[in-house]
Amino acid sequence: MEKNFAVVFQNITKRFGQVVANNNINFGVKKGEILSLLGENGSGKTTLMNMLSGIYFPDDGKIFINGEEALIASPIDAFKYKIGMIHQHFKLVDIFTASQNVVLGLKEKYNLKSVDTRVAEIADRYGFEIDPKKKIYDMSVSEKQTVEIIKVLYRGADILILDEPTAVLTPQETQKLFAVLRKMRADGKSIIIITHKLNEVMEISDRVAILRKGEYITTVDTSATNEKELTEYMVGKKVDLKIERVATDFDRPLLEIRNLTIDKDDGSRAIDDVDFYIRGGEILGVAGIAGCGQKELCEAIAGLRPIKRGNIMHMGEDIVGLSSKEIIEKGISMSFIPEDRLGMGLAPSFSITDNMMLKTYRDNKGIFVDRESARKRAQALIEKLDIVTPSTETPVRRLSGGNVQKVLVGREVESNPNVIITAYPVRGLDINSSYLIYDILNEQKKKGTGILFIGEDLDVMLALCDKIMVLCHGKNMGIVHAAKVTKEDLGLMMTGSRDLTERTDKEYGKAKDSNLTEEEWQAAERSAEEEGENERN
Amino acid sequence: MKEIKSNKAPLFHVSKRNDQTLKSAILVRTVAIVAGILFCALICAIIFKTNPFRIIFELFNGNFGTERRIWMLLRDTALLLGVGLALLPAFKMKFWNLGGNGQILMGCLATVACMFYFGGKLPDGVVILMMVVASILAGAIWAVIPAIFKAFFKTNESLFTLMMNYIAAGLVAYCLNGWVKTGSGVLNPLSDANLPEIVNPYLLIILVVAVLTVFMYFYNKHSKHGFEVAVVGENENTAKYVGINVKKVVIRTLILSGAICGIIGLLIGGAMDHTINTESAKNLGFTAIMVTWLAKFNPLMMVLSAFFIVFVTRGMGQVQTACGITNNAVSNVVVGIIYFFIIGCEFFIAYKVTTRSGKTIGQLIKEVWLSFIALFKKKEVKKEELVQNDDETVTKTDKNENGEVEQ
Repeated sequence: MEKNFAVVFQNITKRFGQVVANNNINFGVKKGEILSLLGENGSGKTTLMNMLSGIYFPDDGKIFINGEEALIASPIDAFKYKIGMIHQHFKLVDIFTASQNVVLGLKEKYNLKSVDTRVAEIADRYGFEIDPKKKIYDMSVSEKQTVEIIKVLYRGADILILDEPTAVLTPQETQKLFAVLRKMRADGKSIIIITHKLNEVMEISDRVAILRKGEYITTVDTSATNEKELTEYMVGKKVDLKIERVATDFDRPLLEIRNLTIDKDDGSRAIDDVDFYIRGGEILGVAGIAGCGQKELCEAIAGLRPIKRGNIMHMGEDIVGLSSKEIIEKGISMSFIPEDRLGMGLAPSFSITDNMMLKTYRDNKGIFVDRESARKRAQALIEKLDIVTPSTETPVRRLSGGNVQKVLVGREVESNPNVIITAYPVRGLDINSSYLIYDILNEQKKKGTGILFIGEDLDVMLALCDKIMVLCHGKNMGIVHAAKVTKEDLGLMMTGSRDLTERTDKEYGKAKDSNLTEEEWQAAERSAEEEGENERN
Repeated sequence: MKEIKSNKAPLFHVSKRNDQTLKSAILVRTVAIVAGILFCALICAIIFKTNPFRIIFELFNGNFGTERRIWMLLRDTALLLGVGLALLPAFKMKFWNLGGNGQILMGCLATVACMFYFGGKLPDGVVILMMVVASILAGAIWAVIPAIFKAFFKTNESLFTLMMNYIAAGLVAYCLNGWVKTGSGVLNPLSDANLPEIVNPYLLIILVVAVLTVFMYFYNKHSKHGFEVAVVGENENTAKYVGINVKKVVIRTLILSGAICGIIGLLIGGAMDHTINTESAKNLGFTAIMVTWLAKFNPLMMVLSAFFIVFVTRGMGQVQTACGITNNAVSNVVVGIIYFFIIGCEFFIAYKVTTRSGKTIGQLIKEVWLSFIALFKKKEVKKEELVQNDDETVTKTDKNENGEVEQ
């Protein structure tokens, strides 16, 4: 029986200190199949895959490759067994070409021309679109991913592991990737794909293996299951999968932004002449492929980044040029979850208590910080949001990703803001935690808070947001009602193939019941421009 | 692929400890210190052709042999700790202040200058007040210059503070040139306007640093300023994001850092040497870096690390005298080796090393220790424990063999 299996895990156990990351895992991956590995955050998926790719070594148990017991003690061993892993974060050299990156680190002699031909051959065979001579810095995210995949194929990998490959792709790009994966399967390769998106699991995989809290639950044939059942296996209980869009009465605009132009650190344009507004009790989604100005937009509103041009009006008052402290005091809260999840807003080695204190430590009198009340608030937050932690004094770095985000989002909400800017709040979160975050946002929405939701998953944005603004290379491609638009439309707008702002006469992003009259806007624009002139001189 | 015979783990297996306890950390450090001292005693014994126990005896004798030696041990600990306390907030902010020497020297220079120009001419009390103000100002200015450049122009603070050391030394040499008419460059100790003695010449320094320690403990752990310092050091983006003025915090913190260095300079000039030369900082600015890192930026732990460093340095001085060696080389080598042991043991605190048999290094050491005791004392109880341990090992091997048979 084992002959049909490319990989078999037998009684695999891995502990980190007292934490059992994998407990007695038993399952196999057949030759020529696509297997989805499904599980919540901290269920041990990545640990297991890291053991297959030689980064960790199991404490107990055995791994069989093609029916033979294998000792994988290093990534080089994994390569010997033809196992290749495509990590979530690309490991490419920017100034090299695709081919150069592919052969980087190979010990054998090669000549670049023949590498180019081989790379082109592999690309042809599986239907990739890639120019072997193109430099990485000229590439889009999906092209970079292609290079990563070709890299492991070039090394002769028969077993491919993809860690959340679709997180950075548009719907169209995801479809292309899936087509490639199917061709690889037809070629006899075994593919393990880690993803949180259930619809993709249903679409691409032949079988699904489920882990929960380090335990192996079961493997099911995709054709014989559905999203609901998979969720139940994953969470261990019944879960309602519907995201609620709460109906509220929209208030007057809270935050109005016009002609906003922002530069990136390298001087290129991040946000290009964008108009939009957020009403109280409204969730405005921002869709766009990664790195098209989302981060800069957040930073500009929070007062962390100077803008080139334009006005940001909060309840009729210009907040451009105010310090981030003053903007916080106005009730604008910004939380940005970067790729590493810890970059902004939290201090990783601080305790939960100290992180709770970050925005409020100035509030009490005297020269000492009031840690006691912060501890109480931390305790309340832990109970309210079900944060898994040994104590309030645990450094947030030691918490799992989901719990870290709960701390951050929870703290932002607790400060009772009137505008919430939140970027990727569910980045990498499992179903349970994600829904908890959606609930928190909806609760705020009911209270009349205006929410700017910068997201990745279009399905979620379509269900949760009231309106969606689509950005492409920093330009506003149009603002659409979430209830009246499809995912495909959004995908076309995200890639710039469709620009609604060009087609209609309607003015996008300018509220009719603005807090300011047209004359006041014009005056504000003029004064902003004059300021810009002065700065230039 | 055929060559791989069985599923054997690598010989050593390193994994991160998630369950660090205070007890194990203290245990590992104690073992490291004892091992370091024993190892050094052995090396010295070989070099000096004497027995290792004599080396250890002299090590303690040099520190605790006479009442004066104990006082000097405490005073030197206080001075080193004081500089460590000065560097602490800067380091917590990840501002690598390597200019401790220069800041101390400037504080010392300001002190001695006051004593030189006004001592005997104005009442001592007035001069001392001037000394205190001048030394604090001088130290603070020497630290705030690189801080301003760092805050506004993003210059590298390590190089900048380092260079300030040489300028300070140059200034001292220049002043001495003017003050000492004989041209020898050696200023005789000044007798006017010395800081008052409490009981003996050492206690004042110790008391001042004790107050500083308590102050810095609360400043770092409980004050709003200390909190801001920690946030800036942890993540500058987060600091900006929560509305902290990073430039202000950098400058404010370095003023504090320099001011404390200035106070140490005041103590050296006004209460200890009563004179100055280019080496008056006694390299405390660099040694104190060790103090802060070994204590992981905890002011209370710094008391221990400063004490230990001074203990080893002074002790080795005595070892050399006793063995009739005037060359400092051996002393430096030994101090270096002991540092190596202490820094090296941090690895074992953060990581767990498991051998193929599934035992950690700690367990192995414990077993060796137990059998050591059993060998010497031959107590029945210990023997039983050992036998039990052996039993466990045997069952484990059995399991492995079974596993292999099954395939």
